[in-house]
Amino acid sequence: MSIDKEESVKKLFTAESAKVDTNKGDAYYDELYASCQKRIEELRELEPLNNRMDFMESVEEQGLERRDFLKWASATTAMLMLPASFTPLVAEAAVLMNRVPVIWVELSDCAGNSEALLRSDGPQIDEIVLDIISLEFHETLQAASGHQAEKQMDEAMEHFKGKYLLFVEGAVPLGLNGQYGTIGAKGETFVDHLHRAAKGAAAVVAVGSCATFGGIPAAAPNPTDAVGVMDVIKGKPIINIPACPANPSNMVGVILHFVLTGTIPELDSLLRPKFAFGYRIHDNCERRAHFDAGEYVEEWGDEGAKNNFCLYKVGCKGPMTFNNCSIIRYNEGVNWPIGVGRGCIGCSEPDFWDKYAYERPMANANIKAPTGGVEKTVDEFGLGLLTAAGIGIGIHAAASAIAGKKEDEGEA
Amino acid sequence: MPEMNEQAEAQVTGGGTETTETAAAVHGADGNFHKTDANGNKHIIVDPITRIEGHLRIEAVIDSNNRIIDAFSSSTMFRGIETIVKGRDPRDVGLMTMRICGVCTGTHYQRSIEAVEDAFDITIPKNARLVRNLIQGALYAHDHLVHFYHLHALDFVDIVSSTKADPEATAKEAQKWADVAGHKPSISGVAEFKAVQDRIIKFVKEGRLGIFGNGYWGNKSYQLTPEQNLIGVAHYLKALDIQRDMAKMQAILGGKNPHPQSLVVGGVTCVQDIQNPARLALFKQLLVDTNDFVKGAYLPDIYMAGTAYAKEATDADQSFHATNHKGTLGKGVGGAGGGILSYMTYGDFRLDDTGFYSAETFFKRGVVLDGDISKVIELDEAKITEDVTHSWFEGTGAPEHPYDGTTIPKYTGLEKKDDGYAYLKTDEKYSWIKSPLYDGRKVEVGPLARIVVGYVAGDERTKKYAGNFLKRSGLPLTVLFSTVGRTAARAIETEMICDAMVEWIDELAKNAASGDLSTWTDFDFDTVAADSKGRGMAEAPRGALGHWIRIKEGKVENFQAIVPSTWNAGPRGPNGEIGAYEGSLIGTIVANPEEPLEIIRTIHSFDPCIACAVHVVDTKGKELAVYKVDPTCAF
Repeated sequence: MSIDKEESVKKLFTAESAKVDTNKGDAYYDELYASCQKRIEELRELEPLNNRMDFMESVEEQGLERRDFLKWASATTAMLMLPASFTPLVAEAAVLMNRVPVIWVELSDCAGNSEALLRSDGPQIDEIVLDIISLEFHETLQAASGHQAEKQMDEAMEHFKGKYLLFVEGAVPLGLNGQYGTIGAKGETFVDHLHRAAKGAAAVVAVGSCATFGGIPAAAPNPTDAVGVMDVIKGKPIINIPACPANPSNMVGVILHFVLTGTIPELDSLLRPKFAFGYRIHDNCERRAHFDAGEYVEEWGDEGAKNNFCLYKVGCKGPMTFNNCSIIRYNEGVNWPIGVGRGCIGCSEPDFWDKYAYERPMANANIKAPTGGVEKTVDEFGLGLLTAAGIGIGIHAAASAIAGKKEDEGEA
Repeated sequence: MPEMNEQAEAQVTGGGTETTETAAAVHGADGNFHKTDANGNKHIIVDPITRIEGHLRIEAVIDSNNRIIDAFSSSTMFRGIETIVKGRDPRDVGLMTMRICGVCTGTHYQRSIEAVEDAFDITIPKNARLVRNLIQGALYAHDHLVHFYHLHALDFVDIVSSTKADPEATAKEAQKWADVAGHKPSISGVAEFKAVQDRIIKFVKEGRLGIFGNGYWGNKSYQLTPEQNLIGVAHYLKALDIQRDMAKMQAILGGKNPHPQSLVVGGVTCVQDIQNPARLALFKQLLVDTNDFVKGAYLPDIYMAGTAYAKEATDADQSFHATNHKGTLGKGVGGAGGGILSYMTYGDFRLDDTGFYSAETFFKRGVVLDGDISKVIELDEAKITEDVTHSWFEGTGAPEHPYDGTTIPKYTGLEKKDDGYAYLKTDEKYSWIKSPLYDGRKVEVGPLARIVVGYVAGDERTKKYAGNFLKRSGLPLTVLFSTVGRTAARAIETEMICDAMVEWIDELAKNAASGDLSTWTDFDFDTVAADSKGRGMAEAPRGALGHWIRIKEGKVENFQAIVPSTWNAGPRGPNGEIGAYEGSLIGTIVANPEEPLEIIRTIHSFDPCIACAVHVVDTKGKELAVYKVDPTCAF
């Protein structure tokens, strides 16, 4: 990479415009605070939907100190991008979480998001299942099979009509009249199953890359004509929590926000909650200083790798990717893909399998077109990306411009 | 016991008979079985099979004595990942194929990368081999533990019955089985069991059981006492904690779990984690905690359940071979759920750095046919074929080698009845899974196959751990050939792996401390990727896993995977050969045909991973690349 290119990359990725404004001003928060308070009052008046015990009671029984609980509430408040003054409200919302029933359906999936949910540590999974949310149906964890399972789901949909959050894991295959996926004794297609489950939902949460943007089944040439939930379900609030798999903290965050405000969180143009996807990986990256200093890993296992240098040149897509991994990381914060020296593959962005998931920087990678067909250079792609809506649009455009500077590939 | 509402009370106190009546009253004619044939046999559909990865349907035919006389296994979902990776850079394939499965996450990743490394003739550095063994070892242990407690245990453990347990007697019972295993019990205090029980009672009292709702609580085929059930529930909850730690082990060296990210063609990327003694020490601490739980809860529970369910596990009358004339052994071997008694392994975990298929391996490679445990047959890779007679693909009429395989979809659908129910057309095509064969035979793969092959091959480690299990349990060798035996084999190898990982992490720490920080082998991509092919054949937690790849001009020309659940869950072969799932169900007697508990218990004993099992498709009906086997090549 020539010096001028490094400079331009640096300039681009430190530009003010790449940052999301998280401070909305006092007036906004005062109003929000008042409406949340009202919402919690209303919730408190309600009997728990299924007569569950209070969360605090169960928290104390589990030997979790109130202090620890408030610590968690405070961290969660920060994660939801709310001022610290909201902490008591978030704590109260957590106590009232058992008012929200969750139905979780799996379509063209790998169960990776279900597994991710099992790794949840704040709150922990046993608390989620037994005490906190009211998880009414979940194929991977559920005791009953067959007829009894179908009945369980039907009853939950009926009993909690209009009140439940529907979590969807997996893409929706539309090819072959939807018959690439069927479920139940009547052979209901995934797409019909989704429509039926979404009908009575208060909101639909698409969790993971497949349910949000089609993910791996929709990667070129998309053999089963797979799409995300938002391409199928209309007229319902939809929240996308992408990433492969989605971070369990973001799943819990969405539920919590729903309890707290009675609404879905503020979303970006791709329907992703801003509290999680308002951060660019690159802006909060622990290796950022090395990027700024022009210190890169040039090949796997080299001296740069041993010194935690920047992974941009070995294909890290942190500059193109919006997610909070660089802040909350994974598995109780023990590590994350950049921490482990591999770099980001852009898994919370649409079409990342076709655009980002390779171990070369965009400028010298040939990419398979999302639609199949002839391979294009990144320059040609960059123009296509310009037309794609999305929060990262400036980045894509600029990345394309940088690529255009490559001497042997002509002018931008 | 605290007061409970009516519904919960009925669930808690209801014995088998009462529950059956309740079930009948609730479900009525609209139960699990939907048609009765001329001979009075019930044909039942179980769909969805829950507590598995993926989408699976089982149909079973049950005679008037409640014996399963025929069974069919069908996958009802597929995505076509093998098509998707075609034309991509081979270095990127691992990340994509990993998404075949989020449960055995990391296994497909490694197999694809190894297939490419085999094609490129790369031998990875020692650190990379050890890191991969550790990530994979942690995956096996995690996968097995989560499988047993969260996907399988409720087939043996009646949660509702646990509310009737005496906590004091429970603590004694836990101590008893820990003694059998020769380890300190993971949970020993009366107060701890009491706390768990109170939590469950409250949960049941609330009236809605959430994901535990509509379970088969009270079914007569549950064999554990209330105290034993309480032990199971307490460990179920504790295992939820432990599995987070086990996943953390993978994340330390893999970046995250599910879907770790530190493997690349040529090695691994986590050099800074290797050179940091604190990271390796954390890994080891988590491993020690895991080992405590494996030895102090998982194995004792297996001894406990194995003993309680020994009767059906050794009931040869319920074995497949007792009812199937194609078997060569006849009665006398195995019990309920034993199945076809032919086993195959590819071997896994390289123990030295001499290269992929020359290194000594922790799990051995080989084939045992028809329960003939006098010898292990050497695996001949050329004898692996796939047939599509009963799969939703067009075929050439004869079983095809994976390199020769064509994959043209031919979905013929289900048979819809007037009442809305849809049945598999079992005489024709009925699954998205192909039917793989070894030398024209169906074989079972997985932990039981690994234990059987290792044992028969005379592997000292396998003999030690399996022998120890049989000696301590007082159960006969034949108990392994059953549903319970398959589940026990998984626990036996978990202990084997966890003990071995202690050696591996020490070896890694020592090697790094000696100054060797090499994690990647360089290669000239343009040269090696011009025209090459390779295979990554080893094991996944669920059994033999093979990825085959052809590379031309830097791109993937063809990619094929035959995964464990393809071997186990595949439909009938070209001449009616019965696969492991279907065979294991035949012969089993069910307590209550309305409740498919015995069916899911046996199917779960294989740890199904159905998203993995579904084969490639191309909607345009295009024929995928056709290859000829090159007899001079290693494959």
